[in-house]
Amino acid sequence: MTTLTLSKALNEGLRKALENDPKVLIMGEDVGKLGGVFRVTDGLQKDFGEARVVDTPLAESGIVGTAIGLALRGYRPICEIQFDGFVFPAFDQIVCQLAKMRYRSLGKLSLPVVIRIPFGGGIGAVEHHSESPEALFAHTPGLRVVSCGDPADAFAMIQQSVNSDDPVIFFEPKRRYWDKAEVDVAEGLAAALPLDRARVLVPGSDVTVLTYGPMVRTCAEAAVAAAQDGRSLEVIDLRSLAPLDTATIVESVRKTGRCVVVHEAVVTGGLGAEIAARITQECFYQLEAPVLRVGAYTTPYPPSRLEEHYLPDLDRVLDAVDRTFGY
Amino acid sequence: MAVKDAGQAASSQSRGARGRASRSAAAVADRPPEQAELVQLLTPEGERVKHPDYPLDITAAEVKGLYRDLVIVRRIDFEAIALQRQGELGIWASLLGQEAAQVGSGRALGPRDMAFPTYREHGVAWCRGLDPMKLLELFRGVSHGGWDPTEHNFHLYTIVIGSQTLHATGYAMGIQRDGAVGEDGEAVIVYFGDGATSQGDVNEAFIYASVNNAPVVFFCQNNQWAISEPLERQSRVPLYQRASGFGFPGVRVDGNDVFACLAVTRKAMQAAREGQGPTLIEAYTYRMGAHTTTDDPTRYRLSAELEAWKLKDPIERVKQYLIRTEQVEMSFFDEVDAEAAEVGGQVRAACQTMPDPLPESMFDDVYTSRTAQNAAERAEFDAYLDSFVGEEAAR
Repeated sequence: MTTLTLSKALNEGLRKALENDPKVLIMGEDVGKLGGVFRVTDGLQKDFGEARVVDTPLAESGIVGTAIGLALRGYRPICEIQFDGFVFPAFDQIVCQLAKMRYRSLGKLSLPVVIRIPFGGGIGAVEHHSESPEALFAHTPGLRVVSCGDPADAFAMIQQSVNSDDPVIFFEPKRRYWDKAEVDVAEGLAAALPLDRARVLVPGSDVTVLTYGPMVRTCAEAAVAAAQDGRSLEVIDLRSLAPLDTATIVESVRKTGRCVVVHEAVVTGGLGAEIAARITQECFYQLEAPVLRVGAYTTPYPPSRLEEHYLPDLDRVLDAVDRTFGY
Repeated sequence: MAVKDAGQAASSQSRGARGRASRSAAAVADRPPEQAELVQLLTPEGERVKHPDYPLDITAAEVKGLYRDLVIVRRIDFEAIALQRQGELGIWASLLGQEAAQVGSGRALGPRDMAFPTYREHGVAWCRGLDPMKLLELFRGVSHGGWDPTEHNFHLYTIVIGSQTLHATGYAMGIQRDGAVGEDGEAVIVYFGDGATSQGDVNEAFIYASVNNAPVVFFCQNNQWAISEPLERQSRVPLYQRASGFGFPGVRVDGNDVFACLAVTRKAMQAAREGQGPTLIEAYTYRMGAHTTTDDPTRYRLSAELEAWKLKDPIERVKQYLIRTEQVEMSFFDEVDAEAAEVGGQVRAACQTMPDPLPESMFDDVYTSRTAQNAAERAEFDAYLDSFVGEEAAR
């Protein structure tokens, strides 16, 4: 076991992917000599060359569009979008082309493209650097949408994503890039949880807390705080946002009867709405309270001096947990 | 108006095909980029040179004014970098090295012209009369800009690369529809960088501006680096030559020469105002600092390159020119330095005492009027904040 930051765990996972398959490529802005603005690709161009770790022109539609072409030619591109707010020039290529190619070709074509996107706020950034656009992609059939919450998952999930023959939108919790944990980099993927499965991170009995990405750590901390008040939270890291691991969610909520969904993204039309609807349908007779959502307010991401008010935090998670007992 | 413009568009394209842009494309093909036709009116040594296409009559008072602008905007930039280091700003995008490109072009604008900046146009903002504190608010995280773009005809900073080129083009199309092209007309200038020229939006803006013959000047500050990527990652031809393919003239100007930037921009803006359509100006310059305060350029570029560009400093050459031509007393430079220090001190003091916005202000201005959902969320937020008040008191 090695202690790695989440950023370094991704870097090690990408290195493995490049080593294991000569068809794997990395492409994006500043991913080469600079190693990416978050250093996720640090050292990879030096070790694998400019043909496999490619500094692209500054054009996101071009990054994804050419990745599609490379994939059609048998390559497995891993695209880096530098920040969440910069993915939108590529939105057409992702939604209209990448997501639908298999369907249009009646299964004859696969596009094994991974699009890595650092997402979420909490780093004091300027506009367009703190967005949580995952629902836009999870709403698009044909895309697998995942998010890692800790270094071990980062290491395994990035490799599983590269191995996926479906396109994967891979959301990286940027404010957790420097979180450290033990990672077994020698371990293969055989024992790893499949990419489309949720993980029960903290077992509990009173309230199910569903979350992903940057809020995983927050919710784990909330479970510790709630335990001091005698409340047992079951925290589930969803990991896969499309498809959702409904079975794991339903099993937990049928047990606890209460559920809080936590994400940084705007609540309106977010993943929490979809999850709440599914739970209502599947767990109607077990529910003791409505499914509550904790997320951003329905406003654009505010100036960073206000982000601590805008983003969910430990207190807001606990507040929602309390409210589930008010029904 | 539209019909007339369509005719002008056709003539503009032929102008481009016959004119400067295509000739220069052939002429410089085999020369290294820096040897390409670079309009220069003031050498790095401060020697005034003439250019047949860009005569510049400039008074001593105007030169002194440009020098003052250059020194002050560098000082504002210097203070902002220091404030970021001290934790007062979240981030800062330095303009160091690009002062002449920004001041020269900024001072070429008339009050009715409209400017669309990126996030680095602090020098243009200064020329337009925007309070530097508005820029610091953005980089401190107090606002997303928040100034009134109509007050100084200076649009909000745009952070997503290249998007504003289309906004500028559309604004220029509005000027056409308002009949404000011709004698005493208006025009638009839009700023972007070398990296942005790869974006689809920028290329689409070139097309829209061209086919509409819109009164817009595309001012590209080629500072050689898009964060870590050198210009070679974006283009195999000098950027100004791109214009000919879109059907309008392109010109490369010494971006560290404030006289040349002023003269070239003046001419392009006047052509646009008069209905001759767009021009692409490539201001050939250098980003002397990091991309932003979070960037570390030592990871990807050599210090020798920086040293070479230091010899082309945009401010020093104006100073040498003023000394050489004996247009000022030496005390003038001390006076400007003192004024710059005063502005810097004001910026520093105002930044350090700048209040945070009220938390509930984040619910404002999402829509023209407050929606029921917005009001409900705001009330929920207020109640949530209030729930801590008693708790704090109890502790």
